[in-house]
Amino acid sequence: MMLKEMFKKTPAVEKTRHVVQLPDGLFQKCPQCHHIVYTEDLVENQYVCPECGHYWRVSARARLSMVLDKGSFTEWEEDLVSKDPLQFPGYLEKIAKTQGATGLSEAVIVGRGRIRKLDTAIGAMSSDFLMGSMGQVVGERITRLFERATEEKLPVVLFCCSGGARMQEGIHSLMQMAKTAQAVRRHSEAGLLYVSVLTDPTTGGVMASFAMLGDVILAEPGALIGFAGPRVIEQTIRQKLPEGFQTSEFLLEHGFVDRIVKRGQYRKTLQMLIRSAQWKTV
Amino acid sequence: MENGINAWEKVQLARDKERPYAADYIEEICDEFMELHGDRLSGDDGALIGGIGRIDSYYVTILAQQKGRSVKQNMKRNFGMVSPEGYRKAVRLARMSEKFHRPILCLVDTPGAFCGIEAEENGQGEAIAQTIYQMSGLKVPILSVVIGEGGSGGALALAVADAVYMAENAVYSILSPEGFASILWKDSGRAAEAAELMKMTAPELYQMGVVDKLLPEREEGGVEGSQFKKEVLAFLETYGTIDAETLVSRRYERFRKL
Repeated sequence: MMLKEMFKKTPAVEKTRHVVQLPDGLFQKCPQCHHIVYTEDLVENQYVCPECGHYWRVSARARLSMVLDKGSFTEWEEDLVSKDPLQFPGYLEKIAKTQGATGLSEAVIVGRGRIRKLDTAIGAMSSDFLMGSMGQVVGERITRLFERATEEKLPVVLFCCSGGARMQEGIHSLMQMAKTAQAVRRHSEAGLLYVSVLTDPTTGGVMASFAMLGDVILAEPGALIGFAGPRVIEQTIRQKLPEGFQTSEFLLEHGFVDRIVKRGQYRKTLQMLIRSAQWKTV
Repeated sequence: MENGINAWEKVQLARDKERPYAADYIEEICDEFMELHGDRLSGDDGALIGGIGRIDSYYVTILAQQKGRSVKQNMKRNFGMVSPEGYRKAVRLARMSEKFHRPILCLVDTPGAFCGIEAEENGQGEAIAQTIYQMSGLKVPILSVVIGEGGSGGALALAVADAVYMAENAVYSILSPEGFASILWKDSGRAAEAAELMKMTAPELYQMGVVDKLLPEREEGGVEGSQFKKEVLAFLETYGTIDAETLVSRRYERFRKL
């Protein structure tokens, strides 16, 4: 039910994109090529369709397990929960329902772990939790991720994925852009590395704050990345958008992304980047 | 004026074409003003006025979102919807301001950042992110006043400040009530209902601690020029004496608690 509701909100991308939680069934149908694939094969293949190469969306915990050394993750700030600042009708119920359906407490998980034995602060956003939208809890967790990383002199790796602001938190959602960006700044001023990874989709207030502030900005192939959503732009300018508009490749071409990195290459890529920023150890 | 006006009516007031726009305030409060153009990268955005103003004995950098009243004016002003070039111009002028220890006055009046093909191509999100990032660390006092419409990240980029004031009938929100209703309920016709739920009016935002002060408006709308000037001068006097480090760390705390 809930997935359907979400898709209604983003009809522009409805056809080809799917939220993936840990798949329960034995088989899955690829939303792109419609082939039936073994769940096991799909997970083995890091949620890339073995038939057509389509990138499935990955839930936060699966993402962390794909990138971190096994058993190295310690979660931070898991007790922070939304206070419903606008007393928005039905909001807390919606959160509770989403928590039940996803097993996540909010749209981002943050903590500390190791990538090929290198310590790092890390966060992963999750599109299956209210489209990865940013409210106070997401903003606060990300802010504390950067603050704690600054204290502990750790790099930050952040897998971004968000439809934008959490509507139900109104102006408070907007303020998270300022709060997170200034925490990124302090971390940066301490001489620490921040690698932002843009995954499908990274849009709105998340894209216009911490997502675009990495020292190095990586992106998964074919992800939707933009400030305004495609539907909003089409409505504003009243014309169809060109093929490939607002994809990772589009951003690379226009100079806003450092590299497009395929799944399976992240551990190696991040190892190199983290090492290169630790000048003392060389 | 306060009594009997609902949130949706406030939105209409905030958008009223007869309201003073940024350039009107600049003319009223500045003894001198010199506009400076361009982002030194790719263009000059008419939706964002930047320049140096003198208010009594103070020199300030002014960064202001400017709407147009006619079609012709809006060819240049783009309805106050700022493009990446505009935000980059703001960052350039803000850094220059810091170099010369000149405080910054931002006037916010925008339905939102421009969302068109060119804006995306030129990195609208990156430009806004960079503006927020830079403003959060500037070592000079920043006062931001929401004079009309404060829409989305496009408004926030000019509202990362030591103090944020709001004209009594201005609004400030995550996005327009029409957009909000369209996203949540698939029906932009329910904008009036959205406006109530969003808590976007000046008194509501003041109560939530998002803005620091409300500026009373005249019967015909807009803040009286002399009153506006008095408020800006009072800010400059107070914040001008605070050392840079304290200033920046207080600004951090201001947004940290939100």
